[in-house]
Amino acid sequence: MRYAVIGGGPAGLYFALLAKRANPADEVLVAERNPPDATFGWGVVFSEETLGALRDADYETYNEIAQSFARWNAIDIYYRDAKIRSRGHVFTGISRKVLLNLLQRRCQALGVRIDFEREVRDINEFAGADLIIGADGVNGLVRRTFAEVFKPQIAVHPTKYVWFGSDLPLDAFTFIFRENEHGLFQVHAYPFDARTCTFIVECPEDAWRRAGLESASEADSIAYCQDLFQPELRGRRLMSNRSLWINFVTLRQESWHQGNVVVLGDAAHTAHFSIGSGTKLAMEDSIALVDALRRHHDLNAALNDYEMERQPVVERFQEAALESSSYFEHVSRYAAFDPRQFAFNLLTRSRRITYVNLTQRDPELVRTVDSWFSAAATGSPDGAVRLSPPPMFAPFRIGGMTLSNRVAIAAGSDLEAAARTGAGLVLTEFVSVSEDGRITPQTPVIDRSYQEALRLAADRIHQSGGRVALQLGHAGRRGSMRPSSEGVDRPLLRGGWRLIAPSPIAYTPRAALPRAMAARDIAHIVKVFEASAQAAASCAVDLLELNMAHGYLLASFISPLANHRTDEYGGSLENRMRFPLQVLDAVRTGWPRPLMLRISASDWFPGGIDLDEAVEIGRLLKAHGADLIHPVMGQTVWESRADYRRLFGVPASDRIRNEAGIPTLASGYVSTSDDVNTILAAGRADLCLLDL
Amino acid sequence: MNIGLGLPTTMAGVSGDLLIEWARRADAGPFSSLGVLDRVAYQNYEPFTALAAAAAVTGRIRLATMIVIAPLRNTALLAKQAASVDALSGGRMTLGLAVGARGEDYEVANVDSRGRGRRFSEQLETIRDIWEEGKIGPTPKAPGPHLLVGGSSGEALARMARYGDGYMHGGGPPRAFAGAVAKALAAWSDLGRPGRPALWGMGYFALGDGTAETGAAYLRHYYAFTGPFAQKIAAGNLTSPGAIVDFIRGYEDAGCDELVLFPTAPALDQIDRLAEVIH
Repeated sequence: MRYAVIGGGPAGLYFALLAKRANPADEVLVAERNPPDATFGWGVVFSEETLGALRDADYETYNEIAQSFARWNAIDIYYRDAKIRSRGHVFTGISRKVLLNLLQRRCQALGVRIDFEREVRDINEFAGADLIIGADGVNGLVRRTFAEVFKPQIAVHPTKYVWFGSDLPLDAFTFIFRENEHGLFQVHAYPFDARTCTFIVECPEDAWRRAGLESASEADSIAYCQDLFQPELRGRRLMSNRSLWINFVTLRQESWHQGNVVVLGDAAHTAHFSIGSGTKLAMEDSIALVDALRRHHDLNAALNDYEMERQPVVERFQEAALESSSYFEHVSRYAAFDPRQFAFNLLTRSRRITYVNLTQRDPELVRTVDSWFSAAATGSPDGAVRLSPPPMFAPFRIGGMTLSNRVAIAAGSDLEAAARTGAGLVLTEFVSVSEDGRITPQTPVIDRSYQEALRLAADRIHQSGGRVALQLGHAGRRGSMRPSSEGVDRPLLRGGWRLIAPSPIAYTPRAALPRAMAARDIAHIVKVFEASAQAAASCAVDLLELNMAHGYLLASFISPLANHRTDEYGGSLENRMRFPLQVLDAVRTGWPRPLMLRISASDWFPGGIDLDEAVEIGRLLKAHGADLIHPVMGQTVWESRADYRRLFGVPASDRIRNEAGIPTLASGYVSTSDDVNTILAAGRADLCLLDL
Repeated sequence: MNIGLGLPTTMAGVSGDLLIEWARRADAGPFSSLGVLDRVAYQNYEPFTALAAAAAVTGRIRLATMIVIAPLRNTALLAKQAASVDALSGGRMTLGLAVGARGEDYEVANVDSRGRGRRFSEQLETIRDIWEEGKIGPTPKAPGPHLLVGGSSGEALARMARYGDGYMHGGGPPRAFAGAVAKALAAWSDLGRPGRPALWGMGYFALGDGTAETGAAYLRHYYAFTGPFAQKIAAGNLTSPGAIVDFIRGYEDAGCDELVLFPTAPALDQIDRLAEVIH
């Protein structure tokens, strides 16, 4: 075989040496545009698993790496005036230059030919090769040549970042957050030998502009950052190496090979630097490709196999990287967090590390977080109690009421059975404020018999320490449907009732057309809700949840997709919120205990409500006396473009809680106690609705 | 978890006699369902017709479309066809529906592929009403044939949770199935459906000397419309008893209720070979 490798970075060189080692008779050529000593960037990071893979793939290389790397197991987080150290995260770092030089030497020792300072302009220069390997980076020639087959998707991240080096000796992966008059800046720094570290500075684009960094020279940028991070740099300096402010680019491609051409490393995929996986993924690609070539005689089968092995792994890292980069892009929303919670949130940002994983890595930190959480929850002195339950079992106080733990359960028709799960809060099913506000004929109405049954059930639940939330709503245009055992949103063929809505738009093609509410309908419904709240107050329930979500009556006013009114109840958010807020105000006067609002935080449809608007809605509801928000997603229109990714309701809860500043109940198929503890400890919600 | 068997309606040169005999033997074997695929611009048998023929020579096995491309069909006729197969088989019909993945099928059927998702939702909203109303017969026993919905998008999962009895996955390694199941369960819970959805998966197999190559060639041809992805599907063909056992275990662990294994070699010995592996 004759291999032509374009690009002499870690991926290209490592492929070359592994291929040559596997079959010394093969010809392996590497074309690199730079001279041997020119390298950009500072250090690279590997995890334990990666080192294991490198050890198995070529022991000589591994040995050399092992002699020159820095190893550490801590993550330091500098935030406000605190430094939090978390242990148990084993990493190794190596100078990129040292790594390249040792790979070059190993290549040459094995008989790989490296053409330095060779700029490849056309891949036809390698027409005689059996396999052309594109290891030429995210903007490389090879992937651009086959863009039509590889179908790249390129996402440019909104923050600006720059790679510096520093002579600051570090013994931990270090995050520094520093706010000044221009904005919030953060550092991702990690050592790669005893004396030197990589020092990446990242900030929002507007902060970067305000700081004048857009037009700053390299020296000016260094001076600015040295000054900003002077306390942590302790007099050490920052060093540049073509250090320019850029935006990170995430590259995804449907396919990584075509004919006898294949790409690996950054030429195939990228993942945000904040999870430090670029070089690791690149070198693992090289291992997988060489292995696949050894397993198969047929080139095409080998390249398929390589792609099938690597794509799922890379996708997982890209998902984690996306969560991580999004965290850093919005980190200012956590600026009021206690440093311990801030650290827990940072460490669990990519969703790869959860409460349980972190407990295994760093039991001491988790104990500290548990203890802080519990002290804050009970109002006891911070740090006094060293043995605390996990956040899920911390009490929750709201408006003079205390829940014994942070778990809520949605009850079906049997409230007491739900309470027996041990959840601190039991939510009733949807209870209608009136006969014509029912969803289906089975939907309970808050009439005398329901009130009586509810009072009895609530009393019994109280005796065992549980609390009950009554969910009140009016189905609006989503009413007159069949029971959910026969499907959802299937209109009743007979025995239905008339529907009302902000505008005469049917919920589904077969659903009855609702009548647009007139002013007196609006006044009437406000009264109906008020009376229902008063009825609820006499029922011994602890908390009232108003349903303003999922396309029911109040939600239909909030969503511009369902509300086409031109009066003072339609148009702007202020107008669309007018009726829901009138209802809220009326309920608030008749209901003395905590009040929760369920809202759809996104219409999941173009032109509809998104999370930005949901934060505004959260602020309005808070201003009108809401104690808790329970954000859910979609269902405001029949054709909403749902996205049922894992924990799909948590981002809305996180944003509303931390941007609108109101406690939240997170839901959306939260199904394990590990998820509950992670969400609570990270400050993404105050309560979780658990799907058992 | 039950194991079903695919009926080889999509392989070149398969005679009617072979399909009938295949159905008969599947019914006599350890399989709980007989699945068929659907496409139009291809040399394959129409799925309801094939299942109707199978109904005539079987007495026990469920008859499943995996899936039928619903928006290509008039809803009243689709409901009637499914009800007819259900009646012919004594209530053994499982109707899997989805929007399909090939523009070409829409082109040759002269159906606009734009808006197919919305039209499919309308069909799902309607089809059970048709079965129930009794105007378009044969009226099936309530609530009508078992109705499953396929597709991987969020909209597809929401449709499944609104109108379906469960989810039909389009194939892939157990890991991919598990990922889709997590989303299907989330959708089911989000729409407030009681209980849990039925979960169906599918895979491809070929057992015996020389069948691995012909099986891979068939899959590359069948899935040519997916471009380079066809090679990956072909590479996922289960060609050894060990691979099948691992696959079954993986699907079972992921919560699958019914795993239907489709042949990629159209010879009757495949049935016995598979029966031996799953025994």
